[in-house]
Amino acid sequence: MKFITANFDQYDGKDIQAYIGLDGFSGLKKAIEMGPLATIEEVKESGLQGRGGAEYPTGRKIEQARIEKAERKFVICNADEGEPGTFKDRELIKKDIYQLIEGMIIVAYCANANEGVIYCREEYDWMHEHICTSILKCKEMGYLGDNILDTGFSFEISLFSGAGSYVCGEGFAMCESMEGKSGRPRSKPPYVKQEGYLNYPTLVINVETLSAITAIMKFGTSNFTDLGTPDCPGTKVISISGKVNKPGVYEVPFGKTLEEIIALAEGVKGDKRIGFVQIGGASGGILPESALKTQFTYRELKSKQVSVGSGAIVVADEDDNILDYLENVGQFFIHESCGKCVPCREGNRQLEILLGKFKHKTATIDDVKMYKDILDMMSEASLCGSGRTEPVPFKTAFTYFEDAFALGGSHEIL
Amino acid sequence: MVETRVIDGILGAYQNDAVNLLQILLKVQSVEPKNYVSEEVAMYVANHLDIPISRVYEVVTYFAALSHKPQGKHVIQICNTTVCQLNGFNEVLKWFKDALKINPGETTADGLFSMKLTPCIGACDISPAIKIGTNVYGNLTKEKVEEILSELRGAIS
Ligand SMILES: Cc1cc2nc3c(=O)[nH]c(=O)nc-3n(C[C@H](O)[C@H](O)[C@H](O)COP(=O)(O)O)c2cc1C
Ligand code: SF4
Ligand code: FES
Repeated sequence: MKFITANFDQYDGKDIQAYIGLDGFSGLKKAIEMGPLATIEEVKESGLQGRGGAEYPTGRKIEQARIEKAERKFVICNADEGEPGTFKDRELIKKDIYQLIEGMIIVAYCANANEGVIYCREEYDWMHEHICTSILKCKEMGYLGDNILDTGFSFEISLFSGAGSYVCGEGFAMCESMEGKSGRPRSKPPYVKQEGYLNYPTLVINVETLSAITAIMKFGTSNFTDLGTPDCPGTKVISISGKVNKPGVYEVPFGKTLEEIIALAEGVKGDKRIGFVQIGGASGGILPESALKTQFTYRELKSKQVSVGSGAIVVADEDDNILDYLENVGQFFIHESCGKCVPCREGNRQLEILLGKFKHKTATIDDVKMYKDILDMMSEASLCGSGRTEPVPFKTAFTYFEDAFALGGSHEIL
Repeated sequence: MVETRVIDGILGAYQNDAVNLLQILLKVQSVEPKNYVSEEVAMYVANHLDIPISRVYEVVTYFAALSHKPQGKHVIQICNTTVCQLNGFNEVLKWFKDALKINPGETTADGLFSMKLTPCIGACDISPAIKIGTNVYGNLTKEKVEEILSELRGAIS
């Protein structure tokens, strides 16, 4: 299934003439023909929701950006891709960066923003030159710069490199880091869309969302909504990794079951059974093999306390230990917590201690209560989405893998 | 410290504007032979951007990609998050420890290699993976690790 990834391997990802040969920039031309308002309606119609994890309706997001009045307005492409297990934005940049840039131009044109930034993670520094060169080529061809395609609209894009901080994928933390400060989230309101980078209205939008906008404008909304399910239209670009035979990036229509998606990666290595899967990155939910009949849609996943998140699926086999895995997830968050708020900073440390007790089978009933309380406190009282979503893997693991959390000492039967 | 005119060049490319501090420090570190932002450099940058040195250190110490301590010529970043953990991070770490006789966070006596643990580098499809400079290496085996190290050693002499 190829919609967002239709151009993959059709050209080398670098040659702009080849991209144009594949009908490149026809989405932008259509947007210009239709005008900003009708284009925004088109994106709304497509049902596209943000692919960066927050699932916000993209059409509405662009509309809100358009309404903001300010001297300067920014569109930031979020290419920070920091959720462990996620590498689909990498492929979208590597194999079809012009589609991404075209999406940025369409969004900026609709939102009436003149300055764009691609915020790319430092770990992808090997692609930074590719990004800069591609921006320059678009400029040479007149798709960026002043008076784009005789519209009177001007738009420039520059590259900003992250520096190895997961939290900088969050809008405000990203703005802070771009302002030469340590990347810690600010409290809201005001929101990034109102007072973001340099306190100007800023639209932060994910690589895949932008790429999807171009594809929708190019192929038409109905071709997008024909895919997927009625309540969850279109396709999703998924990163599958872990104990599978063919890890990689796969575009799938919404509504396929998890099992079907994992089958694309040719199943589990070494004739083993699936032990568990984590969906949506390190902050995503963990499900047992018995839940793999679940359809991959926003709603169906939610019914299992899981969300689409970054669109990563990490597969573990029957020999992998869920508590070791959780411990690893916890260590990631200890490492990445920016330390600004107490629930996340301290909650993480307590979780580590409690996990240790579960692992060594010394947990008491009070520890279980503490485990739940800390997770609730983190999801409700943390300042940013990092601390708020981090409890998801810990809660879902607790729900679906009861045995692993057995109490220690006299409670132990057998 | 590298020649001041190199740093001046970097500062100039970023309009001597403190808003660009993070990009400036990344660039400055990349031209430093020991891959770090020394106190001398931090002071120089702070003075030229007209900001307190504490502001420079706030940024250098916050971001994992920046270091205020000297590092080896090659910084080996070993991914230790979820997918790599499932796919053999522990072994990869052991291979490097055995070959280099150092622990994560340390530098070899000859100053050639530093070893660092890092969260996901977005190479989970070729996990277990590591990154050295701008090169990503995946599907690691013991032989591959030895090959990588001898290649990097060879490139020096
Ligand atoms: C801690 C944290 C990390 C995030 N990392 C990313 C990221 O790497 N890439 C991304 O697109 N969105 C990330 N987000 C979500 C962004 O804040 C934002 O919602 C998103 O980029 C908006 O784009 P979208 O509407 O296209 O999804 C992160 C959020 C949080 C709280
Ligand atoms: S939730 Fe964590 S990462 Fe977010 S602001 Fe609080 S301490 Fe920082
Ligand atoms: S988890 Fe190691 S590269 Fe992604």
